[in-house]
Amino acid sequence: MKVRLKIWRQPFQNNKEGGFAFYTLEEVNPNMSFLEMLDQLNNTLILKGDEPIAFDSDCREGICGSCSLMINGKPHGPGYGITTCQLYMRRFKDNEEIIVEPFRSRAFPVIKDLIVDRSAFDRIMQAGGYISVSTGQAPEANTIPIPHHVAEKAFDAAHCIGCGACVAVCKNGSASLFVGAKITHLSLLPQGQAERRRRILQMVEQADKEGFGACSFTRACEAVCPKSISVEVISKMHREYLISTLIKRLGWIY
Amino acid sequence: MPNADVDNKGITLPDARIPSGPLSGKWQKLKDNVALVSPQNRPKFKVIVVGTGLAGSSAASSLGEMGYNVEVFCIQDSPRRAHSVAAQGGINAAKNYRNDCDSVYRLFYETIKGGDFRAREANVYRLAEISAKIIDHCVALGVPFAREYGGMLANRSFGGVQVSRTFYARGATGQQLLLAAYSSLNRQVALGTVSIHPRMEILDIVIIDGHAKGVIARDLVSGRITAHSADAVVLATGGYGNIYYLSTNGRGSNATAIWRAYKRGAAFANPCFTQIHPTCIPISGDYQSKLTLMSESLRNDGRIWVPARKGEQRSPSNIPESDRDYFLERLYPAYGNLVPRDIASRAIKRICDEGYGVGPGGLGVYLDFSDTIRKKGVDYLKERYGNLFDIYKEITGENAYVSPMRIYPAVHYVMGGLWVDYHLMSTIPGLFVIGEANFSDHGANRLGASALMQGLADGFFILPNTICDYLAKVGPRKISTERTEFSSLERELIEKNKRLLENKGKKTVSQFHKELGKILWDHCGMMRNGPGLKEAFTQILELKERFMKEVMVGGEPEGLNQSLEYALRVADYFELAELMCRDALNREESCGCHFREEYQTPEGEGMRNDKDYGYVALWFHGGKEGNPILVKEPLVYEEIQFSTRSYK
Repeated sequence: MKVRLKIWRQPFQNNKEGGFAFYTLEEVNPNMSFLEMLDQLNNTLILKGDEPIAFDSDCREGICGSCSLMINGKPHGPGYGITTCQLYMRRFKDNEEIIVEPFRSRAFPVIKDLIVDRSAFDRIMQAGGYISVSTGQAPEANTIPIPHHVAEKAFDAAHCIGCGACVAVCKNGSASLFVGAKITHLSLLPQGQAERRRRILQMVEQADKEGFGACSFTRACEAVCPKSISVEVISKMHREYLISTLIKRLGWIY
Repeated sequence: MPNADVDNKGITLPDARIPSGPLSGKWQKLKDNVALVSPQNRPKFKVIVVGTGLAGSSAASSLGEMGYNVEVFCIQDSPRRAHSVAAQGGINAAKNYRNDCDSVYRLFYETIKGGDFRAREANVYRLAEISAKIIDHCVALGVPFAREYGGMLANRSFGGVQVSRTFYARGATGQQLLLAAYSSLNRQVALGTVSIHPRMEILDIVIIDGHAKGVIARDLVSGRITAHSADAVVLATGGYGNIYYLSTNGRGSNATAIWRAYKRGAAFANPCFTQIHPTCIPISGDYQSKLTLMSESLRNDGRIWVPARKGEQRSPSNIPESDRDYFLERLYPAYGNLVPRDIASRAIKRICDEGYGVGPGGLGVYLDFSDTIRKKGVDYLKERYGNLFDIYKEITGENAYVSPMRIYPAVHYVMGGLWVDYHLMSTIPGLFVIGEANFSDHGANRLGASALMQGLADGFFILPNTICDYLAKVGPRKISTERTEFSSLERELIEKNKRLLENKGKKTVSQFHKELGKILWDHCGMMRNGPGLKEAFTQILELKERFMKEVMVGGEPEGLNQSLEYALRVADYFELAELMCRDALNREESCGCHFREEYQTPEGEGMRNDKDYGYVALWFHGGKEGNPILVKEPLVYEEIQFSTRSYK
């Protein structure tokens, strides 16, 4: 099959403006992944002496969260519950025009072409997305039973891969699904209780500082999440935030 | 210890520093006797950790907790993306929660046996001892492991063992463990003990007065080459399976840091031991960039078969039981579908070579879940392996709940790596190597669910207890990066980049990489033989020369240049590929994943030669012109005996 590509190119220096470039690629195999199609395009660009298109990818198994890309206006492209690396060309029609852009959000500055800087996510995690336990100090694992359904619910939330699709699709550029997933994961587990109140306040505060917006209640994030994380985690986060704020007002948090 | 082997060129066998005494007391003995750094002195030491997978993140966070000054480097945009994240199946621990006679000794013995008696006894015993603590620690960090209804931890079994000791979190155990290690890393960042440098690649190791005292890094965003000094360097850079081009490794995983360390004097051990994983999704075409694993745990509930007749045209569901060959169950009745990876891989390759394979090119066998669906229902499978079935569907367009998966072996994990002693220190003082980057613990074959165990044992529990011995003995040193040892390497690297970029060739890096991968797969892959390995040598040399002259990299040295990053890694692969073939040629026996066709039993099983090859092969760099130098560390088993590995 043949594809026509309209791809965002942006030079390395951030202050330089980007723009769309047009490419045509013949002989695309429908069993190729979208990224393999870009690899092929890059091979032809390099041999012509042009700069290849910069994009992030690593595991190419849908779990590392490196790949991003807005494809035809949707993070990770058409399909449900997948990352870009798990998108196959058989989803597209012959001779279709495909528009490829980087994830768009104030908090994710573009580094070059299709690569964005998602380090704001790391800083949110550093603000409290952990359980404070030092190595070698843990009690025997079965001393604190966690019922099956609780562990499963915690896993559903913990499965977030931090790709940023939720932010890219949100009209407010909100990181609520991302933050909510971690809050839900840790607040469901007995191990996460000690720091529960402080964690939510700090993580939300950091998300605000990074320039992420508020939740817009459109559920677009849930629709594009490659791990199908439910917006329930956002409700959970809001409840946790409200209660923690009240408790703080009462002076019960450090 | 029998450490007196003196080989050519005056290189003596390094001391493995294994404590004396009974196996079960060695680790405690080391802890009782190492030199310590007192808490108030720890902030005076700086440690560089390269890589943020399970080993790197856990080491950095533990060292941070202890109060050392830690700097972490990773090539990804966030430490959370290290390739440990992709491990699916599980992590072993000798908890005996299932009351099925599991014990530290059994885990130890099965790991030694699984590795075909080519791993160091003391290291493996320690790994088994520590395994239970890893689970405790990870649960405390919030890992949502699978649970029974009553709230107790669940287990499953894995290839190569007869007990259920594998802990798992659906099909994403690696992700959950990595995120736990990443979270404890984040805690240390918040506390100010650890600083992280993402998108930076280590291109060389700096040696001062014979000790590793720093690294040269390339900032993958700005392209700048910078020097960083430290009191000790820890390499946790993972495996080099990407050398084969197609593998299950993340695209970024590479050999550069350990290869540079080798060229600076670190011994490279058993480079030819590459594990081929039996259950990958088969290759669909030559455009393919990597291969995707289907967790080995699927073999618990899936049965592997091929049609009993060649050229079978019926769809799998229309082939009756009587016309199927469940060849693993037929050949290995005791373990059946759960035989270790090397055995399963070879059996699959053979049956396909004989013409019974299914799918495109006949390179595939069925992994069938219909029995389990009949007995336990689809929901049971969904809960345990749901994401694997989803991945399979995206890639192949087929629904494995309805018709069987097709699988074929693929390059997965390297047991070879930098040699380390019992302290996890390489032959360069001050250079520690952990996780897949070192050679230890798995011998000639890795059993399932043991890579995660080793990464976390090394990082959380072993290194923090051994690195202090080195640091206490050398004392803190503030080393300026202005020294010539740093600046000369920086200049060398800038020159190298320039040379690569000035090439105006007709082939891209990936085209060369693909060719190199094919040579290795054909001659140093699942099966090897003498003439083939010699042939590979010639081909690699020739291709390497062409690469240096004809590769087209493109772009500028400044700024983000992914093509240049890739070219630098592939340049190192050429050199490593030669060493792998040399090691494979030297080892005139079959053991684990290293199957030399000349050495097999009439039934086609590998034939080990413990008398002549019961050693770890340490390769030292022979200088610019010289050949690599081989030094042998004899494997002496004090408490167990060499025995033939049988899974019948």
